[in-house]
Amino acid sequence: MISLLSRDLKLAVRAGGGFGLGLAFFLIVTVLVPFGVGPQSELLARIAPGILWLGALLSCLLSLDRIFALDWEDGSLDLLATSPLPLEAVAGVKALAHWLTTGLPLTLAAPAFGLLLSLPETGYLWLTLSLAVGTPALSMIGTFGAALTVGVKRGGLLLSLLVLPLYVPTLIFGAEVARRGAEGLTVSAPLLLQGGITLGTIALLPFVSALVLRVNLR
Amino acid sequence: MASIWEYANPVKFMRLSDRVLPWVTVATGLTLLVGLVWGFFFTPDDYRQGSTVKIIYLHVPAALMAINAWFMMLVTSLIWLIRRHHVSALAAKAAAPIGAVMTLIALLTGAIWGQPMWGTWWAWDPRLTSFLILFLFYLGYIALWEAIENSDTAADLTAVLCLVGSVFAILSRYAVNFWNQGLHQGASVMRAGAVAGDTEERVSNVFAVPLFISIAGFVLLFVALVLLRTRTEIRLRRTKALIARERLG
Repeated sequence: MISLLSRDLKLAVRAGGGFGLGLAFFLIVTVLVPFGVGPQSELLARIAPGILWLGALLSCLLSLDRIFALDWEDGSLDLLATSPLPLEAVAGVKALAHWLTTGLPLTLAAPAFGLLLSLPETGYLWLTLSLAVGTPALSMIGTFGAALTVGVKRGGLLLSLLVLPLYVPTLIFGAEVARRGAEGLTVSAPLLLQGGITLGTIALLPFVSALVLRVNLR
Repeated sequence: MASIWEYANPVKFMRLSDRVLPWVTVATGLTLLVGLVWGFFFTPDDYRQGSTVKIIYLHVPAALMAINAWFMMLVTSLIWLIRRHHVSALAAKAAAPIGAVMTLIALLTGAIWGQPMWGTWWAWDPRLTSFLILFLFYLGYIALWEAIENSDTAADLTAVLCLVGSVFAILSRYAVNFWNQGLHQGASVMRAGAVAGDTEERVSNVFAVPLFISIAGFVLLFVALVLLRTRTEIRLRRTKALIARERLG
């Protein structure tokens, strides 16, 4: 299990793995927003939580098709399926590796990008916290979507179409936490709901992903 | 013993649906005609909404069927996953585009009604938003069916997507509630007091009777279309099997 995790992490970090791509994409989205809506800092401050959440979600989406596609192509997914490690654990580890290489860096980088969008000072803590709580759910749901479309050639666009509606609750609660935090309101209700979604996806979706992978490997 | 599972046999399903379909089609035509004509031409205008109120005879039944179609897909997907009846999977496939169109009708008629009444074509109201999300779910479901070549794999994957999607659709439904308070009215047709004859805040019988006929018409329309499309899917699959056999022979 740990060797699979370290293998996936190495593959992602070393050349051609696209580890930095997600972050770079996040940066570009953040930089492009002021060009689109104008540089007034009050306006930017108001939309900053939502934009940062959207940016994080999109850059998360960008790397989803890598989760299984390469392993599927070179046959290592078949090896993983026949290995003593249950496929449920494989799905869980894959999601964890995806989170460590996209969700975690995004969470850590978000405050710096918040600066660019003149996020109010009260918002930094809650933005980071909401991303820390919410991005694992994004990785889990994304792994399910990647498992669904692994057999489809050029499934990237289909993957986005399938996964984005599933991201709606996470996005709503996450952006709500960040927005309320930035405005200095209490955030406990959306934060708890988001935590509930994350824990639910961690508990259930590896099993569904494994089921779907088995169908695809049949 | 006759049980419902007998009709999981495609031959029996074809025979039964062949006999039932004409009746359902005629009944659909009659109820829709009565319900809509009654609704459009023989009900008075609402004293405040004027004649725009009449869009209710399309909007409410379509919205109901949009949700029920997804629910039917959920049930048939479960049957496919548990009992592996091909007819069930094909019925789910057949229902998806109908459900998507119903969702679209509900959204469009709602927009047409909302423009004069709320002063806007679209508002990010919880009900409107969750219908839009439901529409996206339908699109994803249909796209996944189209994308996968092996039909059994496609049936399995879409069934799982339907189950997971249902959970997330319900989550989204209540999440958007949290996010924005609504412009859309609450349930007024089926509310508890309505049956008991409580005249406060309910749809008057003048409007309710043709509305119920229209709803029945939409239900029948849905049944007829699902039967028809399922038959088409079964025939398509038979044709494919025949072609494959020809190639082998």
